[in-house]
Amino acid sequence: MLTEPAGHAHDHGHDHAQEAVANKVFGFWLYLMTDCILFATVFAAFAVGRDQFNGGPTGKDLFDLNGVIYETSCLLISSVTYGFAMLGAYRGSKQQVLLWLGITFLFGLGFIGLEVKEFIHLVSEGDGPSRSAFLSSFFTLVGTHGCHVTAGLIWMAVLMFQLGVMGKELTPAYMSRLTCLSLFWHFLDIVWICVFTIVYLMGVV
Amino acid sequence: MLGNLTLAAIPLDNPIEMGAVVFMGIAVLIVLGFIARYNLWGYLWREWITSVDHKKIGIMYIILALVMLIRGFIDAIMMRTQLAFAYGKHHGYLPPPHYDQIFTAHGVIMIFFMAMPFMIGLMNVAVPLQIGARDVAFPFMNSISFWLTAVGMALVNLSLAIGEFAKTGWLAYPPLSELHFSPGVGVDYYIWALQISGIGTLLTGVNFFVTIVKMRAPGMTMMRMPVFVWTILCTAVLIMAAFPILTGTLALLTLDRYLDFHFFTDDGGGNQMMYVNLIWAWGHPEVYILILPAFGVFSEVVSTYSGKRLFAYTSMVYATLAITGLSFIVWLHHFFTMGSGADVNAFFGITTMIIAIPTGVKIFNWLFTMYGGRVRYDVPMLYTVGFMITFTIGGMTGVMLAVPGIDYVLHNSLFLIAHFHNVIIGGVLFGYLAGFNYWFPKMAGFHLNEKLGKRAFWFWIVGFYVAFMPLYALGLMGATRRMEHYDNVAWAPYMWVAAFGAILIMIGIGHQVAQIVVSIRDREMNRDLTGDPWQGRTLEWATSSPPPFYNFATLPEVNHAEPLWDAKQRGTIERQARDHYEDIHMPRNTGAGFIIAVFSGFFGFAMIWHIWWLAIVGVIGMVLTLIIRTCNDNIDYYVPGEEVASIEKAHFLQLSSADMEKQHAD
Repeated sequence: MLTEPAGHAHDHGHDHAQEAVANKVFGFWLYLMTDCILFATVFAAFAVGRDQFNGGPTGKDLFDLNGVIYETSCLLISSVTYGFAMLGAYRGSKQQVLLWLGITFLFGLGFIGLEVKEFIHLVSEGDGPSRSAFLSSFFTLVGTHGCHVTAGLIWMAVLMFQLGVMGKELTPAYMSRLTCLSLFWHFLDIVWICVFTIVYLMGVV
Repeated sequence: MLGNLTLAAIPLDNPIEMGAVVFMGIAVLIVLGFIARYNLWGYLWREWITSVDHKKIGIMYIILALVMLIRGFIDAIMMRTQLAFAYGKHHGYLPPPHYDQIFTAHGVIMIFFMAMPFMIGLMNVAVPLQIGARDVAFPFMNSISFWLTAVGMALVNLSLAIGEFAKTGWLAYPPLSELHFSPGVGVDYYIWALQISGIGTLLTGVNFFVTIVKMRAPGMTMMRMPVFVWTILCTAVLIMAAFPILTGTLALLTLDRYLDFHFFTDDGGGNQMMYVNLIWAWGHPEVYILILPAFGVFSEVVSTYSGKRLFAYTSMVYATLAITGLSFIVWLHHFFTMGSGADVNAFFGITTMIIAIPTGVKIFNWLFTMYGGRVRYDVPMLYTVGFMITFTIGGMTGVMLAVPGIDYVLHNSLFLIAHFHNVIIGGVLFGYLAGFNYWFPKMAGFHLNEKLGKRAFWFWIVGFYVAFMPLYALGLMGATRRMEHYDNVAWAPYMWVAAFGAILIMIGIGHQVAQIVVSIRDREMNRDLTGDPWQGRTLEWATSSPPPFYNFATLPEVNHAEPLWDAKQRGTIERQARDHYEDIHMPRNTGAGFIIAVFSGFFGFAMIWHIWWLAIVGVIGMVLTLIIRTCNDNIDYYVPGEEVASIEKAHFLQLSSADMEKQHAD
């Protein structure tokens, strides 16, 4: 429309695909930053509520660090195995991607299983979220993280279904999805390190 | 089966509410009847509901905002008339529970479903065109954003017919908003309407940030972006940084209400002031989310209608960035009376006053842009001048309220109400109305009626002063907000004046409705054939009106802050179509965004009424639709170069006929 030199900026499908992938990963990164602020909000609520026991049990009374160690290990190992899935993806091997995603999924499931077990145990002992502001904020913070991990697991299952059953190939579109899920999964790991430190470790000292 | 929902939820015993319901029902029926009469279902579905075109999505946002402006205004005039009558022995016509719902609905609708969609609509229309892009970064997500906003709007309006709305004020402070004190569904309508539309807004923030950062035309450096684009970039940052706090805070309130948690309750160790802190940590940036784009519109308008480059572009950009940063360290000024102590209050008082400095810079920039220019007082320019005067007054009363000692006296008084309407009507709304009049020919392809637009402006600005200046006085006399009756008879005359002002504004809105109707009726006489009706300076005026769906046949090369003006000066504008155009890559339309939003509406409604099975259906529907959408690889296509060529040929033919007409007239 204005002064474009002739022969400039030809539209090639390839360029568009690359640009779209870069935009998607950038956009997803921004979404993760907003998610970070959501977690910050819940962390702030925990910081305000953490010593409001309402005459009920404290972190010292409730937390079993042995169980939490297993949870943490599951999640940290799953981050490593997701890394292997990405390496497979860069090599263009769908088999390796599916194998490592499957292993990552199992570790993630193990994490969620342990967390649900802890929640059920606490509620059955009468120490549910209604007991005190401390327990409200505990369940909310840990549960928010758990919901995110569950969403990640569903996403992972869908990707495995699309690649494994529907026979989709590792096109730029699917590579960008694998990359976004990778960012999401490692992000949840970092959040969990904060939860582990601030909720559990600082709760028992 | 239907949870808490029974026939008793329909307010048959309240004639005013039922009247509104019947009125709304008739309006919806007329629209549906019109669509059926001309059999527009297919057209609507293909061209609008499934559209991922930023221009159409922008127009739908603006229509939604204008309808909600009327709804919110009806609430406003009910409050003003109630207070004109309800003093001493008289009790007016609105009982307290109804009045409480009205002021809550007024605030919620005006902020979330009038101002936000209006702003997002304008940015959808203008930003991709101004940066020389063919669409936003994520067109499908843009469609989801709009439909989520529409669903939130639908839930708020549904509360009129089924159940009730919150009686808590627009921010739903606990403990009043807790289940113990608000056992009805009002607060739940509030929560889910805001959650659903808030997600849409958050996605919009991400979308436009990526669009502006990554998709500018070649050569458009950051410091060559139009100021409107700058303000939208800052607004996108604020949305991304602030809206998650709203989502989180409302989620905590939801847990309190639904699952007996103790975040903000007055028992179990809950802390009400945590809610107030969190909600304002979102709420104050939200104010700037609304005003920055208005500043952007004024910058475009003042430069265009003064025929001059914007004075001190660079300082305008830095002032915008400064306001963006400062907006996060002032939230406590909304509740100095919490009693945080002198040091904390002084800190927030001073940061609040500091914001007046970059804002003052802007005001001077606009004034100096006008200085020495050939100023054309078209409707957008009238709103701009009206804004500069009105907003300065509102800013000064804001600085007054920033003094904690004064705030202790005026907290929650009508002085505060006058202050924030002074900046929101005089700043935000005038800005959006200026932008609406400015970009309307670009959106629609024809002009708005100038005479009716000017009358609307004069009724708006005079009505504003008559309606709100008495409230400053009443606030100083001790009148508080959110009262439906007062004993002090001496206040009544001020209330009468304020009610008269509201009637003037009503006449202004009437003129706006007439302006749109008349302009659509006379559209053939007022076509914008040139695409550049105001001697514009930025890229959106380099396309036809309305622009082709691909915006630009060839992406513009930018080497100036005012690329179109520069090209016009140097005579380098293309006057005829090229022989050959490249194929253009475009996204396909999709109904997935609409379907996801409909399921979210079912989910929200089900949560409000505790219809658990329907809530599960809603969630599964949303997730499944999204998954099915991701399985579809056929989401884009290429517009063949020949098709582009024929569209461009028609455009240039139109341009030359417009030129001939102009020469003929000269």
